[in-house]
Amino acid sequence: MSESLETAVKTNPQGDPITSVAAPKPAAVQKDPHAEAKKQRVVTPEYMFFEAPRTREFITGSEAAKEAVRRSNVDLSIAYPITPQSETMQLIGVLYGEGYVKEYYRGEEEYGVMSAIAGASRAGVRCFTATAGPGTLRGLEPIASWPGHRLPAVAMFTCRVVNAPLAIQPDNIEISYLLNCGMIVFHAENQQDMFDFIMKGFIISEMNDVTLPVGVCCDGFFVTHARGYVHMQEKGIKLPPREAWRGAVPVLDAENPPARLSRDAPVQKSNFMAYNIHAVWQQEVWAAVERSRKYINKLMGGLCTAENVENADAVIVASGSAAAQSREAVRLCAEKNIKVGLIKIRSLRPFPTQELRQLCKNVKLIVIPEFNYVGWLAKDVATAIYGHSKAKIIAGPHVYGGQSMPVELIVDEVESGLTGKKSTNVPLSAIMGTDVDQAAVAHFMQNI
Amino acid sequence: MSLDYVKFSPGFEKFMPKEYRDMVEHGPFGKKVSVSQMGSFKEILEEHPMCAGCAMTLFIRLSMISFPNPEDTITVGTAGCGRLAISQAAIPFVYGNYGDQNGVASGLSRGLRLRFGDKPKDVVVMVGDGGMADIGFSATLHSWFRKEKFTTIMLDNEVYGNTGGQESGMTNRGAVLKMAPLGKKFEKMDMVGMAKIAGCAYVATVVPNNPRRVETVIKKAVLIAREVGPAYIQAYTSCNIEYAIPTDKVMEDAKNVEGDRYQFSEYITDDAKQYLAERYGYKEFLPKPAAAVTKA
Repeated sequence: MSESLETAVKTNPQGDPITSVAAPKPAAVQKDPHAEAKKQRVVTPEYMFFEAPRTREFITGSEAAKEAVRRSNVDLSIAYPITPQSETMQLIGVLYGEGYVKEYYRGEEEYGVMSAIAGASRAGVRCFTATAGPGTLRGLEPIASWPGHRLPAVAMFTCRVVNAPLAIQPDNIEISYLLNCGMIVFHAENQQDMFDFIMKGFIISEMNDVTLPVGVCCDGFFVTHARGYVHMQEKGIKLPPREAWRGAVPVLDAENPPARLSRDAPVQKSNFMAYNIHAVWQQEVWAAVERSRKYINKLMGGLCTAENVENADAVIVASGSAAAQSREAVRLCAEKNIKVGLIKIRSLRPFPTQELRQLCKNVKLIVIPEFNYVGWLAKDVATAIYGHSKAKIIAGPHVYGGQSMPVELIVDEVESGLTGKKSTNVPLSAIMGTDVDQAAVAHFMQNI
Repeated sequence: MSLDYVKFSPGFEKFMPKEYRDMVEHGPFGKKVSVSQMGSFKEILEEHPMCAGCAMTLFIRLSMISFPNPEDTITVGTAGCGRLAISQAAIPFVYGNYGDQNGVASGLSRGLRLRFGDKPKDVVVMVGDGGMADIGFSATLHSWFRKEKFTTIMLDNEVYGNTGGQESGMTNRGAVLKMAPLGKKFEKMDMVGMAKIAGCAYVATVVPNNPRRVETVIKKAVLIAREVGPAYIQAYTSCNIEYAIPTDKVMEDAKNVEGDRYQFSEYITDDAKQYLAERYGYKEFLPKPAAAVTKA
């Protein structure tokens, strides 16, 4: 009975803007809802990413994620309607109804969802899920164990506020928790990035010498709910399926690591061998993150991109939506004859350390705008270029808790960084490595 | 995770350790073995680091002998004493995070069905009372409500044994344990009742001192979980350390507890009965024509 019920409710009654343009007519003949999906043909990743003709659509980030999954030969996807929600996972449900995704269900909450993704990835099938903000943190224990278990999968994080008091607004603080899990972490600027990074994420994740999960992050709302132009391949083609035997380790084999690590007697007891075995495994996980660089370079065109950086006095280093705002800031600066470049970071793990050292060698000023309070990107950038650049590093402007980032704030940081004259005395940024401006903080405190 | 997998690669036979050769030649893979033959074949779980007199270990051994297709079986566990033994068996064991076992098993069994279709791959969760009724409660109940097709076995020693004897949800009211200095203040959780409410197709309670009964219960559960729905077995597996049961009195204790709060019980849905009868020839579940009609 449950089987027949399930078939009847597979298709999302709300439909989605792409597939539900034409209202369904009462058809006399029963049409196979999976007909289109069955006609999809497998193409190589190279053809899919570099050769297949693309057409342009004006869609939301959630729809871009859906269209990426449609073309990615995904076997299993698990959804949970966390607040704050994006449409992404319910749109994957539409794909399930249409037969593009073979298995799909609504999980009980993120801990259960992320655990089930771990189980399904062990079974050798291609998995996708998405969550946001508090959901990411709720699922973090299983997520943090995916890399150690060497489980390929793609998870999408549509970043939102996680701190108290309650808010559902964009804020990408959750990325800072994901950075040290041992997974590969991309940060999408827009809908096009979302589409590309998810598809390429599957291929990179399943490379033999990588065999790691990939997290594709974006700033929630700005990317998930807003529309942008996305160049997409036709719906009739899809990536090759996951071939579990290609993985670096047999994940279910109790005779081999990582499964072996839980059965070997030394690991169960606290002694030197136990520490050593775990230490070696952590090294291997992070070495696998390093080995993914070549695939990111090949498939995504680099861990970062540089625009107008040559001969620039200052560069803005940004990821995600902050990169979009920064590009506009670069244009405004050009009007003021300030030579500013933009480095957009696509891959946060692995981090483009060598690239930044090269690009930032001669600049005087680096401005790092971020959609969070703590400035996790600024810390990574400063660490990467320490000793390789004499540039002054301004961590900021920072906006958080749902604030948007006016382009003028970035321009002001660039101008004041170069000239020393600041048009606002609200401490939206900090100069890294120097004392906090006590006067500015005092002024701020008195005015709240 | 298949019969081919446990065979030797041609030419490598003589280089394999004796233990391994014994497992392939005298193990249960691809054969029908029974607890009554114990001692005449190599078991998939022999060496383990468990305490002397551990009833849980006996139960795990019996369970593993009873798996209908050990070569196609994957066990899933979580933190606790049980996993120290389960992980030593010659079949794949998944250890993820705390209390995640029924979540992992949901994804695993669905993924295996996608990959292997109708060829049965049995997923069996084996965890302690704390791992299931406390930290893994949500994932457990939801997997049952979702009718996930795998077997869940609770190794109920009524205490957190591995961490040194703290109260669990399955501890009896009044028991004085660590973290319950004045005695446990609420009743033992009724997981059997919840399993029925949540829609398990098979629910049973057993103690380990009747090996034949353990065997039939495990076999039925695993077979039902293949196609009908979730199966739940709750087994009393005492902790002789934390409850200070002398090693030679462990079976006596199990018998006493069986008489007190662990009477053998078995709940099978009609669908499951029909399936066992038709598919696997369980005579006791064949319909009794006259009576069945009048009852219906």
